[in-house]
Amino acid sequence: MTTDVLIIGGGLMGSSTALQLAMRGYQCTIIEKASPGRHSSGVSAGGLRQLNRDPAEIPLTVESAKMWRDIESLLDSDCDARFPGQLRVAENKADMEKLEQRAALVRSLGYHHEEIIDKKELYQLVPALGPGCVGGLICREDGYGRPYHTVTAFRRKAESLGVKYQTGTEVYSIRKDGDDWQLRTSQGMFSSSILVNCAGAWANQVSTMLDEPVPLTPKALALMVTERLPHFVDPVMGAASRKLSFKQMQNGSLIIGGALIAKLDFEKEKTEIDWLQMAKSANTVVSFFPQLKDVRIVRAWGGIESFMPDNIPVLSASQTYSNAYHAFGFSAHGFQLSPVVGKVMSELIIDGKSSIPLDSFHISRFNK
Amino acid sequence: MNNHYQLVIIGGGPAGLAAAATASAQGISCALLDEQPEPGGQIYRSIESVPDQRAQKLGSEYLRGKKLAAAFRECDAEYYPETRVWSLNKELEIGIIRNDEASMITADQIIIANGAMERPVPFPGWTKPGVMQAGAGQILFKTAGVVPDNGVVLAGSGPLLLLLAWQYLHAGVEVKALLDVTPLSNHLSAMPKFPRAILAHHYLTKGIGYQIELKRAGIPMLFGVSDLRAEGDEQLQTVCFKHSGKQKTIESELLLTHFGVIPHTWLSQAAGCKHKWDNSQQCWRPEHDEWGNTNIPGIMVAGDGAGINGGRSAEHAGRLAGFESLFALGLLTQEERDKLAAKDIKWKRDERHIRPFLEAYFQIPKSLLATTDNDTVICRCEEVTAGQIREAVQHGHDNSNQVKFFTRCGMGPCQGRQCSNAVAHIVADESGEAVADMGHFRGRPPVSPLTLGQLAALDKEESV
Repeated sequence: MTTDVLIIGGGLMGSSTALQLAMRGYQCTIIEKASPGRHSSGVSAGGLRQLNRDPAEIPLTVESAKMWRDIESLLDSDCDARFPGQLRVAENKADMEKLEQRAALVRSLGYHHEEIIDKKELYQLVPALGPGCVGGLICREDGYGRPYHTVTAFRRKAESLGVKYQTGTEVYSIRKDGDDWQLRTSQGMFSSSILVNCAGAWANQVSTMLDEPVPLTPKALALMVTERLPHFVDPVMGAASRKLSFKQMQNGSLIIGGALIAKLDFEKEKTEIDWLQMAKSANTVVSFFPQLKDVRIVRAWGGIESFMPDNIPVLSASQTYSNAYHAFGFSAHGFQLSPVVGKVMSELIIDGKSSIPLDSFHISRFNK
Repeated sequence: MNNHYQLVIIGGGPAGLAAAATASAQGISCALLDEQPEPGGQIYRSIESVPDQRAQKLGSEYLRGKKLAAAFRECDAEYYPETRVWSLNKELEIGIIRNDEASMITADQIIIANGAMERPVPFPGWTKPGVMQAGAGQILFKTAGVVPDNGVVLAGSGPLLLLLAWQYLHAGVEVKALLDVTPLSNHLSAMPKFPRAILAHHYLTKGIGYQIELKRAGIPMLFGVSDLRAEGDEQLQTVCFKHSGKQKTIESELLLTHFGVIPHTWLSQAAGCKHKWDNSQQCWRPEHDEWGNTNIPGIMVAGDGAGINGGRSAEHAGRLAGFESLFALGLLTQEERDKLAAKDIKWKRDERHIRPFLEAYFQIPKSLLATTDNDTVICRCEEVTAGQIREAVQHGHDNSNQVKFFTRCGMGPCQGRQCSNAVAHIVADESGEAVADMGHFRGRPPVSPLTLGQLAALDKEESV
């Protein structure tokens, strides 16, 4: 089968890239080894967060936030996105200083989406918060969406523009034959003139086939969810110096995360919850919100995600082959970036240059 | 309670009790954990405390549990009633909750003997107050002697339905009708299995005996019933169904349904044991060998949780797993194990004679397993309807787990126990694929809910 573009990986980034390319008239086929959104794309916490990102990511996250505001016009679905803000709480003076420095850094880069709030405003915003906190850093435009719905929305919109999803298809080898890419897969041969690597936690296997291995570490990130509760908190809660991330979803259940790592058997693609880690997280939640101690946890799970050593993604042309591109390594914060990634990757592929500079994300940064 | 045992048995029904009595005889450290306050499991629930008069009404098969419970009380196994297992993994770590406190213990060998559950079959109106599973009716009867005041309609399929009708008859309950939804065509398809079933004729004669008594008592027994619906405004008022080509109704405040039992696989799934779809029993069950060994070293399954074979068979399976764990722990040689186990192996095989016939005879029709009524709620926790599930399939979510991701069905506190099978059947029906290929919901821990406070207390360094 021959197409303009073959994209390896049918998660958020592959689907978003395919959609944008299709919107500009390119024929795309996605090669997905399982089903779209099977791993981190579909099972993440769904945070729409500009707050506290690596400075290199700020131009991307700000543009993506604009796209999220109007996601329905892009995807014909609101992806259940809500924008009650994201907040990092300071528990003491040292925390507050840390947050103030952060806010100053963001301002110095010419952005204003991260704001300091004082104790009074903090407790106005989150009256349920336990006593003793002194203030916080907020991004009022932030929020959350539903990950699997978002993958599905991207897929359905992409399919409506002619993108083909070749699911249950594993890539065995990649070969360049003249100007064409030849992929040998579990479902036969596929060829194209352009190749994009959006393989998430498996992206290093693809980039290794392109003779440019990367220091990617697959890890399983864990989340737990509680029974439904009456509405009691709006913003997504984080903390300045402790591992905390939790939000109350539309249905009332709480999703608790915060860089909790589960045990991972990468070969078998099996994750297993490490309850002692979860216990630490439960402890943090209960110390901020003591009234939650009798709330029942109904489910915990791990999703397999790609981590780079510097915790920012690779968004780049290949340095070994022409007409090969990479978008992976989102290191547990790709959900919010997914709309803009498709946009910049399509620009990079079609125009040779993206409207937002991507220098920090080049694959060559790992050359030694 | 210690934090390590050579053998931990989960479940205090016939399999667990027999396993404990067998294994602890050799002086190993052994603990039996059970959710119930008393030994007996579902089948022999309240066996130690039930008044004689009520016990007689429950029948001779129930009284069999007395001996089993007594032998267990005699043995050296430590007994932890009202203890819930919320986590189990392949490293043989067991998360438990006892006296409201969570803890983790480990074992060298684990026997999962957590039995069966009633097969949840969603039909129009099944979530209405006044519609319950027959097992719930039995629990109320066994534990508290509670029986329906204003009569009851029984509907469904399988031996338990007949047994409950018989028990109610003897307890003086008005059984307004017994509606058997087993398709008449099953009688034909079960015939080839009948000769083997004759080897277990005591089960057949018992079943026929119940039917004759019910008939004599004038209880209407309708066979080949279809299109079952529960109707009423707030509460059940009318049971509607089709029989002999005609629409019929019965006024009733209570409808007890039963559609057979399926293995409780949530623990074996949590541990990562391999499961397979059993076409004959219409359910998922863990793969295991004759002794109960699963593919995870050290984890065994015994009793109905390993596949439905009934209470007597569970007892034999429990003993076999007990012998096998002693062998695994180095306390028996293979020869000794085989010699000790010979009788149980034979008896367990004999118990199996009746099963292929029963499974074919009581095979639940697809029209019930995969309802075509789009308004019927399938996932009660997240309120997902059959229509939403079928729509998700139409949108390209073509297996149970993708449908779960998309619709949230199976994500509530019951963890999909009530809807997992129904979803698989509906997805299979809508996509035209085999149920076996739809997969069961990937089990997500905890196996049963625990609170944030209970979990937080596991973090010893900085307890709140």
